[in-house]
Amino acid sequence: MSAKNPRNQYLRTERMPNIWCPGCGLGTAVNCFISAIEDCETPLDQISVVSGIGCTGRVAGYLKLDSFHTTHGRPIPFATGLKLSNPKLKVVVFSGDGDLFAIGGNHFIHAARRNMDLTIICVNNFTYGMTGGQVTPTTPIDAFSSTTPYGNIEEPFNLPFLADCSGAVYVARWTVFHVRQAARAMREAMHKNGFSFIEIISPCPTLYGRRNKIGDGLKMMQAFKDNSVIADETDTRNVALDFRGKIICGKFVDREKTSFLDMYNIKMAERFGPFYEPYEGIK
Amino acid sequence: MAEAKKSKRPRGTVVISVELCKGCGFCIAFCPSAVLEFSEMFNSKGYHPPHAVNPDACIGCDLCGMYCPDFAIFGARVTREVA
Amino acid sequence: MDGDHACCEGALAAGCRFVAGYPITPSTEVVERIAARFPSVGGMFIQMEDEIASSIAMQGAVWAGAKAMTVTSGPGFSLMMEHIGYAAMTEAPCVFVNVQRTGPSTGLPTQPAQADMMQARWGSHGDYEIIALCPNSPQECFDLTIEAFNLAEIYRVPVMIMMDECVGHMTEKVVIPRASEITVEPRHYTTQKPEEYLPYKAEKNSAPAMVRVGNGYRFHVTGLTHDERGYPSTSLEIHDRFVNRLIDKVRNNARQIIMLDETDTADADVVVVSYGITSRVAVKAIQAARKNGINVGHLRLMTVWPFPEKRLHTLASHVKAFIMPELNMGQMYLELQRCIEGRAATYLIPHSGGTVHNPDDIYQKIVYAARHPRKKKETAK
Repeated sequence: MSAKNPRNQYLRTERMPNIWCPGCGLGTAVNCFISAIEDCETPLDQISVVSGIGCTGRVAGYLKLDSFHTTHGRPIPFATGLKLSNPKLKVVVFSGDGDLFAIGGNHFIHAARRNMDLTIICVNNFTYGMTGGQVTPTTPIDAFSSTTPYGNIEEPFNLPFLADCSGAVYVARWTVFHVRQAARAMREAMHKNGFSFIEIISPCPTLYGRRNKIGDGLKMMQAFKDNSVIADETDTRNVALDFRGKIICGKFVDREKTSFLDMYNIKMAERFGPFYEPYEGIK
Repeated sequence: MAEAKKSKRPRGTVVISVELCKGCGFCIAFCPSAVLEFSEMFNSKGYHPPHAVNPDACIGCDLCGMYCPDFAIFGARVTREVA
Repeated sequence: MDGDHACCEGALAAGCRFVAGYPITPSTEVVERIAARFPSVGGMFIQMEDEIASSIAMQGAVWAGAKAMTVTSGPGFSLMMEHIGYAAMTEAPCVFVNVQRTGPSTGLPTQPAQADMMQARWGSHGDYEIIALCPNSPQECFDLTIEAFNLAEIYRVPVMIMMDECVGHMTEKVVIPRASEITVEPRHYTTQKPEEYLPYKAEKNSAPAMVRVGNGYRFHVTGLTHDERGYPSTSLEIHDRFVNRLIDKVRNNARQIIMLDETDTADADVVVVSYGITSRVAVKAIQAARKNGINVGHLRLMTVWPFPEKRLHTLASHVKAFIMPELNMGQMYLELQRCIEGRAATYLIPHSGGTVHNPDDIYQKIVYAARHPRKKKETAK
């Protein structure tokens, strides 16, 4: 029994056990990510993870990579600075639905519009976990949260559609039940040159599942298994989630578009002529 | 048919870090070979970790490891000893 | 060259190669010039979606090895507050330029003020220290921008350049020395191996050596209270030690950090304390007062934070009255009062901004102060 979990080499094991609740899917999402970087072409030293604040915000701190736990809502602009100063890096933003789409929503659409070469992994658990289960921009109508005690009345974001129409080159959705597919999606997304987005639906049993009578983490996982429909290339307009409805999973968008940095070098070379030295990062 | 498949079935083993477990049951529910069950014992945090009730069935697919949110379990292939 | 453009040139001379900004009057000329200059010098400028994004993109760039800056004015500066705290907490060396305009809120966007001075010091939540410099000419916009980058590297703190609309838009001759004549502080990278390196282990009163992303150190940075490994910690002992180091590395090095410009203070009865554009108006009043036989000196703060407590305390032993004109309703004046501790008379010449003081107002106050010094014995009793 002395054998070590092969994942440990990617984790800051001295920080275990993690702070996540029993039945939380975040650790599972981390496993998918580890699986994605295990056979990624990029050396691990060149991969950097940036998180915001919240339960998912803690992911960066558990991964044994150059990792940043930034301010609430701001991992994308932080990652933008990181990537632009060292374009050789693979920069992955790992954060939650509240962080990326409420307080950080503006940064998301602009990074997508610019086609900044970042991979955004959004763990969507439909709630603010760290602060006690408040409503988020992804909470379905009628779902209960601590700040919607009579049920949510606001239309949630359809995240893949938002990413798609903001300009992302890769858009996928999986649940943490779909571990292999999620890992594959993360790998593919990291290989894209441009703004890639993956939504990972994950259980928050403590604050969302319990309050909405879905049950514990395992029951929520079972619900993901039962309710999800895999349909690649579905039009993102048709993948909105509703309370207890079907969860359409798959790879919805995979297209080529010139990334911000490539565009920068192309356009500057046009303006400056043959004397322009392509920008490859801060020396 | 089942017999013929069985001989080619890969063999695996499952390793559990009892103290890291929070008893969510993902590994037990999603093990394709039904190797695991909750044990009667408690770990120091008061959770029931899993134990292998059917270790011979393990194929080392590591789905338990993929699902475990607490990095407390993993499966590995065992290379068959050549007789 | 105007002050805004001089600031851009200063940044270039200091080795700054990453700037993230968002347009806002009256600071926009800085980023406009940067946008034009950077592509040909291997720099990267990006106009972000807001000031919040600018002030954190800059910090991402810092960890990737760049010397970085962001530029803004009043409302934008307000949006950046959280990231001043993040830079202080994570000890990210970076420069915030604030070309001050009249507030509150949108105020008078095209008019000068010096009303963000306390915000620069205290704007982010929690306990921390920053450094703030205050140029009074385009030449100083150049010089102090270089100094700001150097101080940021030495102490690993956010350094603010507190310009104002007048200095930013004032056109004067700026002498740019040869590169070999400019002192540029390099980033202090660790020489330790990844196995032995602790990102937040530092001697008392100093900042730890840095690393940059991609070099195999696999380090972690967080805005949470962290231990020497950079890992979050809820230990009150670690928190106390850490916050004290953040404070001490600036406070206990104040002597090295503070730059003052003193004229005739040694035998002065009255000293005018000023900074930024106001100092140029004050000079005119001081010259007139001296011509009329008043023994008045001038203490100009080039460094406003940390505040020159010790120097003012010393001056208070012979100076009978201090006068502080500022383009606000009394901000740095509170610091002045604190340091003088009632040992001399102190007079504020407030101004709600929008323009500069009338030199005559300062002159009249000098005359008044010379006649109404605080009697030393009165305070003793």
